[in-house]
Amino acid sequence: MMARLRRSMLFVPGNDPAVVKDPQVYGPDSLIFDLEDSVAPTEKDAARLLVFCALRSLDYGAIEKAVRINGMDTPWMRDDVTAMVRAGVDLIRLPKTERASDLVALEALVAAAEKACGRPVGEVRLMAALEGPLAVLNAYEIATATPRLVAIALSAEDFVTSMKTSRSPEGVELFEARGRIVLAARAAGVMAIDTVYTDLNNDEGLLRETRLIKQMGFDGKSVINPSQIPLVHGVFAPTPEEIKKSRRIVAAAADAESRGLGVMSLDGKMIDKPIVERAARVLDLARASGLKIEEEQR
Amino acid sequence: MSRTTLGRDIPETAGAIGTLAPFSGAWARAEGVSAERKLLSAGRPSKVLPSVEEAVRRSGLESGMTISFHHHFREGDSVVNRVLDAIARAGIRDLTLAPSSLTSVHAPLVEHCRSGVIRRICTSGLRGKLADEISRGLLDEPVLIHSHGGRARALREGSIRPDVAFLGASVCDSYGNASGSSGKSACGSLGYAIVDARYARSVVVLTDGLADFPAVPASIGQQFVDWVVPIDAVGDPKGIGVGATRISRDPRELLIARNALAAIDATGLLRDGFSFQTGTGGASLAVIRYLRELMLERGIKAAFCLGGITGQVARMLEEGLVGSILDVQSFDADAARSMAVNSRHIEVDAMTYADPGCPGAAVNMLDFVVLSALEVDVDFNVNVITGSDGVIRGASGGHSDTAAGATVSVVVAPLVRARTASIVDRVETVVTPGESVDLFVTDRGTAVNPRRPDLAAALRAAGVEVRDIRELRELARSIVGEPDPVEYGKRVVGLVEYRDGTIIDAIREVK
Repeated sequence: MMARLRRSMLFVPGNDPAVVKDPQVYGPDSLIFDLEDSVAPTEKDAARLLVFCALRSLDYGAIEKAVRINGMDTPWMRDDVTAMVRAGVDLIRLPKTERASDLVALEALVAAAEKACGRPVGEVRLMAALEGPLAVLNAYEIATATPRLVAIALSAEDFVTSMKTSRSPEGVELFEARGRIVLAARAAGVMAIDTVYTDLNNDEGLLRETRLIKQMGFDGKSVINPSQIPLVHGVFAPTPEEIKKSRRIVAAAADAESRGLGVMSLDGKMIDKPIVERAARVLDLARASGLKIEEEQR
Repeated sequence: MSRTTLGRDIPETAGAIGTLAPFSGAWARAEGVSAERKLLSAGRPSKVLPSVEEAVRRSGLESGMTISFHHHFREGDSVVNRVLDAIARAGIRDLTLAPSSLTSVHAPLVEHCRSGVIRRICTSGLRGKLADEISRGLLDEPVLIHSHGGRARALREGSIRPDVAFLGASVCDSYGNASGSSGKSACGSLGYAIVDARYARSVVVLTDGLADFPAVPASIGQQFVDWVVPIDAVGDPKGIGVGATRISRDPRELLIARNALAAIDATGLLRDGFSFQTGTGGASLAVIRYLRELMLERGIKAAFCLGGITGQVARMLEEGLVGSILDVQSFDADAARSMAVNSRHIEVDAMTYADPGCPGAAVNMLDFVVLSALEVDVDFNVNVITGSDGVIRGASGGHSDTAAGATVSVVVAPLVRARTASIVDRVETVVTPGESVDLFVTDRGTAVNPRRPDLAAALRAAGVEVRDIRELRELARSIVGEPDPVEYGKRVVGLVEYRDGTIIDAIREVK
């Protein structure tokens, strides 16, 4: 079973039926139906109902169904949680997470909602968006707040405002936050998801930023427009050389295991467990990217 | 014997030649020239008239006749409204209006229909208020909807015979050499108008770019033109087409375009020397973007591109990716410019483009065409003329011509538009018969016409998922449900003529 990938998490405005009806056609790894910033306060109920009905009646296939609920300090958050858990959502993204206690409180609400509608307790996963300096400083604490948490994400727009700066093409203003978030995520064993890229007419800028965050160790990126998905996936797709090498490492590891060998080597170099894990991840990514792996072609 | 004015005796008849007319003076029978003119140092024969009103008078137009126009100025056209106003003022009535097409700028014609100036309309398309009113029974006689190729056939065969063609041109000299290649209202190709000029009994060119003789190369030659009328504007450049048609950024249209190109690629047609056409509509035009990228990547070139031409295709010609452009209609200013400067960007008339009865229609040379649709049904029939509410709101255009001619015809549409399904059990109106449609590409996958098992096999072999068209129909139904049927009256307000002159469907009045 391949580990779930979250290279691209597509925001879907929760108040737009034309988009809510079939965003899966663009092939993101996750869909995030948004009840928060893309929905005006007067439209919160309508959006919640629309997303609820869509999740209950439409088939989104194997793609992860996430919802960005309204923040802990809003009057809509509780109703969002109840409705979305009942609608069968896979993941809830909490915006403006500041500290671990936010997630502990959310988890209690989610668990109660799961019980109320007969879903197994613990089924709904959580993801925290870190949007301020305090949140970034609390990243590790947040990432380890609950076993339901599967990812932490940077949300840069609010962050740069709090930092009294703005976003630049190079992203120097985000280096510290990105570094802390990816470090905390790795230490906690959860995924790190990067912020959205908002200049829709600048494919080159998106590619540059995606290459950067991939190299930093991020697992993926939130995206706001479907046309960004193939570009982001392209950056995360392994090269043919990487695939070939990984395939040989995985094969060597399987061979060593079948022969009961503890130590493996390939081309005279010792291969240890992290190398095998990394190779397996490359092959997962290759399959998800629709690339052919020679072994499977035969 | 009879005697010429030079005093020579000639026989009155001669065998098969029959009756012989004796010579009666060098200019006695010549049109537009005279002995007096010959003696003057200045003053060539002039076709230039001072006003549209004068042209209406001199053209010999009478009540009950047929008049024609072209639609190369698209949404910017001001010729049709202007001429009809003049005709109405002259008290002429009961006309058959037979333009190549009409757009939403022609809403003022509603009044001319009401007042009886226009009795009957033959056109490729109708939009806006005029279309709405016609769908509600404005005219006693049904509108005849024809394809571009079908209209060329009708003109050639004489089933449409304009008594007067009023043709706008952005450039025309005083002797009638007209084109759309330059001037403030440049529209590029005059492909549809060329046929009118050839077959109309009388031809009036209206121009806002009067040029010195000879204005060459001319799309419409002086030999076909009776009168030239300078006017202040034949159209509004904004509506004619400014700059390049932008490639859509709508992610759904781009997705459909990528799906379409993947399916076309799977057919194996994208080899060096292929040919193509793309119709109007975001998704079909966007195919060009991905096609270009693929051609650059693989180093292949197309022999020609046909049809309505955009600046994107003109750029491909300049990049050497396309060998020739056969242009019946230029969609934007970049395409118009290209036709004026590139010798391999050729203007073709509607007959050469798509006339099904002529021995040289270019559509028959097409490898593939990508066409939009308002609706497609489970038998692959396509509707591009009426909306899901039954109201006329489109154009037949070259849809059925290219679908019939091309080796592979590809129809693209989103599975669902807003609250209506594009894939239905039975289209409201058939314009293009399903038997001539090969692939139906949507944002939810591609269906192959069962008549083309070869294509289904090719797609599967290339890893392109082939979906049953009925499965797509059910998927659409699962999202938007089943609308109430449109309520039609008994009266027929439109007849859709197939390109060969047969009637493929009737459009009924909406209640």
